[in-house]
Amino acid sequence: MTPEFQKDIYYHMALARAVDDRMWILNRQGRAPVVYSSNGHEAAQVGSAFALNRGEDWIVPYYRDLALVLAYGMTPREVMLHLLGKAEDPNSGGRQMPAHWGLHRRHIMTTGSVVATQDIHAAGLALASKVLKDGRVSVAYFGEGSTSQGEFHEALNFASVHKLPAIFFCENNGYAISVPARKQMAVMDVAARAAGYGMPGVIVDGNDPLKVYEVTKLARARALAGDGPTLIEAKTYRFVPHSSDDDDRVYRSREEVAEWKKRDPLITFEKYLLDNQILSSEELAAMQQKVKDAVNDATDYAEKAALPDPNTLGLYVYHH
Amino acid sequence: MAETVRMPQLGESVTEGTIGQWLKKAGDTVEKYESLLEVLTDKVNAEVPSPVAGTVSKILVEEGTTVTIGTPICEIAVEGEDAPSDTTEASLPPAVAAPDARTAATASSTQPAALDNVHRGRYSPAVRRLAQETGIDPQEVQGSGAGGRVTRNDILAAAEHHPEKSEVLTGTSEGSSSPTIQETAPSAPVTISGAVAVVEDVDTLVPVTNVRKVIAERMMRSKQTVPHAWLMVEADVTGLVALRERLKDEFKAREGVSLTYVPFMLRAVVEALRAVPIINAQWNRDSIVMKKRINIGMAAATDRGLIVPVIKDADQKNIVGLAKASQDLVQRARMGRLTMDDLTGGTFTVDNTGAVGTVLTYPIINAPEVAIVTMESIVKRPVVVGDMIAIRSMVNICLSFDHRVVDGAEAGQFVGAVKKHLESLTTQTSIY
Amino acid sequence: MAVMTYLEAIRETLRQELRRDDRMIIYGEDVGVRGGVFRVTEGLQAEFGEDRVIDSPLAEAAIVGTAIGAAINGLRPVPEIEFADFIFPAINQIVQEAARIRYRSNGDFGVPLVIRAPFGGGVHGALYHSQSVEALFAHVPGLKVVIPGTPYDAKGLLASAIQDEDPVLYFEHKAAYRSLKGEVPDERYLIPIGKADVKRQGNDLSIITYGLMVSYAQRAAETLEKEGISVEILDLRSIRPLDVEAILETAKKTGKVLVVHEDNLTGGIGGEVSALIAEHALFYLDAPIMRLAGPDVPAMPYSPPLEHAFMVTPDKIAEASRKLAKF
Repeated sequence: MTPEFQKDIYYHMALARAVDDRMWILNRQGRAPVVYSSNGHEAAQVGSAFALNRGEDWIVPYYRDLALVLAYGMTPREVMLHLLGKAEDPNSGGRQMPAHWGLHRRHIMTTGSVVATQDIHAAGLALASKVLKDGRVSVAYFGEGSTSQGEFHEALNFASVHKLPAIFFCENNGYAISVPARKQMAVMDVAARAAGYGMPGVIVDGNDPLKVYEVTKLARARALAGDGPTLIEAKTYRFVPHSSDDDDRVYRSREEVAEWKKRDPLITFEKYLLDNQILSSEELAAMQQKVKDAVNDATDYAEKAALPDPNTLGLYVYHH
Repeated sequence: MAETVRMPQLGESVTEGTIGQWLKKAGDTVEKYESLLEVLTDKVNAEVPSPVAGTVSKILVEEGTTVTIGTPICEIAVEGEDAPSDTTEASLPPAVAAPDARTAATASSTQPAALDNVHRGRYSPAVRRLAQETGIDPQEVQGSGAGGRVTRNDILAAAEHHPEKSEVLTGTSEGSSSPTIQETAPSAPVTISGAVAVVEDVDTLVPVTNVRKVIAERMMRSKQTVPHAWLMVEADVTGLVALRERLKDEFKAREGVSLTYVPFMLRAVVEALRAVPIINAQWNRDSIVMKKRINIGMAAATDRGLIVPVIKDADQKNIVGLAKASQDLVQRARMGRLTMDDLTGGTFTVDNTGAVGTVLTYPIINAPEVAIVTMESIVKRPVVVGDMIAIRSMVNICLSFDHRVVDGAEAGQFVGAVKKHLESLTTQTSIY
Repeated sequence: MAVMTYLEAIRETLRQELRRDDRMIIYGEDVGVRGGVFRVTEGLQAEFGEDRVIDSPLAEAAIVGTAIGAAINGLRPVPEIEFADFIFPAINQIVQEAARIRYRSNGDFGVPLVIRAPFGGGVHGALYHSQSVEALFAHVPGLKVVIPGTPYDAKGLLASAIQDEDPVLYFEHKAAYRSLKGEVPDERYLIPIGKADVKRQGNDLSIITYGLMVSYAQRAAETLEKEGISVEILDLRSIRPLDVEAILETAKKTGKVLVVHEDNLTGGIGGEVSALIAEHALFYLDAPIMRLAGPDVPAMPYSPPLEHAFMVTPDKIAEASRKLAKF
């Protein structure tokens, strides 16, 4: 893994965090109605994205995946246009709530709000890849709460029976909004479920982008070799409430949050890069400036962009 | 006694079965539930067990034969007591059994009893609309529907059987959903007052029919409320006569209808209405309704009298289209096949009075339309062309117009436009 | 031109389309080796291989959900739901996903997908093998719902559905599979989705219907003709989108309308058809719009007298028509 590659991972993590912070500011100013954050999940998302053939392999994200889609080629401008519901929003033209990603150009599958439905889509995308032999791998992203849904199980089963080139990537942050994982399942690890479907289940430190990168790369190789899907469970934590409408103090102690913050992937990965002289402090400063410029540019651009024309309400119900 | 075994239904959607093999032959004894034969369907192949114990007395369907579900396939002689009542269990009833209306629970949205109690005097929307448009008073019509209800067809029949009035029938606004444009239909029979008739012993009294009363009322109303003005032009249609002469045989062969002068007149009228749109209008008390569509009412003589069906959107048809549309309407009028739609929605009326040989008429306007035009007989006459006397085919065009809406200048422009169009026709004119 | 059953017309169309388009795949429970529980897909796996005619795990949400993904990644999936009654586990995927994907992505994604499902009763299928589920889906913008009533229409509509860029639900009546026969051209042809068809011309009243009920209405009309009642039959063929023009045309022509469907009365297509006529053709109506439909009980029972009491039959159609004609 080259230094440039590692720096690129860091850049996208930092970019995601900065975009995220800006979205919260806009929300608290009353300019963005609602925010869903990837704050805390950046290592898992960016690390896994960098193991894929970005823009060619399919990712099927969920609402937590801001850092993932940025690493996958969505621009900060596109994210901000989406947040503010502008006509130019490429995810949905201002139709969907924020964090409902979808960008065909980059092979980011469009997503709804019902959790785990996307897992089956990943299996379906992979089914086509198997039939068409297009060399693509499809990756479903989801939280641990959604693994209670039947469609999660149906997806794993279908993909494993047909040995599809798919990866199921769980971002386990311990909470489905307020409900802790122990009320979601009677096993310790989501990864344990893989055995029931005849596929490997791998647990990885979701706050270490390089480890996430390694396991995802292995899963991808396995998928392409025709050996079937892999279930990856990245253990991580979200540092902010579920959304800008949520207050996590009622269900999480401040001590617990503070404990996890010591392992903030942005801080730990930055330290690793500096300590190992992969990144100099000058380079870091320059990168931080670049991130700031990108976020300012995106905000300005999106705020000036036009809102959708009400006359477009009836468009795209059908092909014609 | 003998028990009949029928072809069973083996599987949903299956309608027939083929006898694969008889496992018992005539004369063989068979136990209840013992396999009797093998049946092949496109869903399953199955052995069919006997419904009763006994002796196979007759095989009715040979191996390899395909029969529909429920067909008798063999008989089994049962010894001793009567056959058990469930012997038909080998043959489930057909998918759609004979109906029994009394037990049928299928949901129906309307209770028939409610239909039967409709009182005379309550009319459906279609009857109300037609009554307004035809001027026929539904109270005067014998109803043929449930409980004596006057139906749509009753009104249509009344209108068709008394077609003299239908010239006025067509004078309706486009779309009867705006009834404010319409005059109120008369609710009481009209008494034609005025000079009292002198009845002598040798005379016969013919009762005035309801339709005749309405016609009288309409005609009188138009003449009394609409200030009629009238004018006439003559047109030289020698070119048109030659054109028709050249085309008529070929046209009949190719299009299947005769080529008359009527479509050319309609075409000329359309052009003139476009040029002088005030003629395609209706009087609406405080306003004048400028009609967008050009729907031309066209007189047609039938056995039952005169009918005026309407060619909708006449401005979107060429000569061929107009010929076909007009002949189609005439034919259907003669067969009594006109729909309500055919008789309504006119914005202007053309009367081919020349068909009865006249050279000059004074037509009554079909209110609320504001004008009516006639095409008189085409006759050869000596006329001055240049400084010479020539024999030309001439026709008179007569126009009655509502002087409240249309001035003489506009009326003159209109007939001038008709004349100009008719005179422009030559043997080289394309009819497509 | 061959005489085919409704079922054969569907099978031959699937075969023809599989030959025509390498991207098309078929899958579902039992569709491969067994050729489907009704034999609709019989012989197709042998001809096209296990990659294109696939026996899938028994999970309807997965069948439809994977079809969505496969469609987006370049295939033309034609999954089968074994019975329409079993489609409910897949409702989330059909309604929330397939129907909404084009809209929610502002046209960036589309789902060319055909879901075939046998539906309808009168075949001793009881509550869970007899249902008519079309009205539920016809309510959903983004879906198209087609229901052929003849072998000829079955072929042309299926070819159109497979060619369509949007999700289409293609419902096949089980009782029609082998009972309806008709001439079907060998060559490929398309019947546009959203176009109704006048199956019989008449003057006294119009029956507006679809699916198996088309043939039942035709039988009723033949009986009524002998009684001097002239019936027009409009076969909707597509119930979303509805052919509004054709509906209004026949309503205006006869002034009396009977809407017939096997699906439950309340909230059925009949209500929508009636509303359209009431809104746009009021002044042509000479009688109340009537509906003849399955009763408002949860589903069709098993035992023959109960089943028969539920089913709409040619005789019930004739009886309802007589009352309307007399009005």
